[in-house]
Amino acid sequence: MQSETRAHIDQLKSPAGDAVAVLRFEGDIASTSKDAVLGTYQSLPREAHPLILLDFTKVDYINSSGIALVIQLLMEAASAGQKVSVCGLSPHFNKVFTMVGIPKYANLFPTHAEALAAL
Amino acid sequence: MKEPKAAIVEVRLPSRLGYEKVAMSTAGAVAHLMGFRDDRIEDLKTAVAEACINAIEHGNRLNETRSVGVTLSAVADVLEVKVIDAGRGLEHLPPLPDIDRKMHGEQDPRGMGIFLIQALVDEAEWVAGVDGDSSYVRLVIRLDKVA
Repeated sequence: MQSETRAHIDQLKSPAGDAVAVLRFEGDIASTSKDAVLGTYQSLPREAHPLILLDFTKVDYINSSGIALVIQLLMEAASAGQKVSVCGLSPHFNKVFTMVGIPKYANLFPTHAEALAAL
Repeated sequence: MKEPKAAIVEVRLPSRLGYEKVAMSTAGAVAHLMGFRDDRIEDLKTAVAEACINAIEHGNRLNETRSVGVTLSAVADVLEVKVIDAGRGLEHLPPLPDIDRKMHGEQDPRGMGIFLIQALVDEAEWVAGVDGDSSYVRLVIRLDKVA
């Protein structure tokens, strides 16, 4: 019933020339998404990716278990000294992420382009 | 004066994660018929989904022989949703999520569902049945008169 979570990694450069690993998610972000969210993030060599962008443009459904996975990712990234940004959330999920305090640890951008321009 | 008649919609879900989306979609459709704004429909959908997830995981403990009942009652500009499970109900509400404590490993990264429910609807209450083998959460969302 839950739509499988798919994750793709794009390696991009920020306008400042820094390497950015973009994790693009599709499907649902729920308790079943651990491998797609944390596993994909953990597959990246940390020292080569100081900037991480989580792109939720193609995600329709995120529940509290899915948000918990994002928080776990933020915890690991903080301990590795990586900066994480988030883009592509719908206005509703942008509000929900804000309600639980995520902007304190990851900047939220409406679009992929706005996020990349700010990195 | 005659009271407006309630429109009742009932859904029964298996205790399997993912099926909360059926209740979520149904609640969204009823709220749309009632004329709720899109942003309030999204609030309601998330609250209903989280209530169903709690019922599936904690109330029915993922036991697929037990179902989750969802009743939506629309009267005038008020939509009431009851999500019923076979558990004993909440003994106490969990602490408010604290992102700093979560980030420092002092609070479970999970445990945000009840906070989201309370924040996204106008009323939320958790009621334990007297027999100890059923409980429900009651959510109320009101149609705003001013957009």
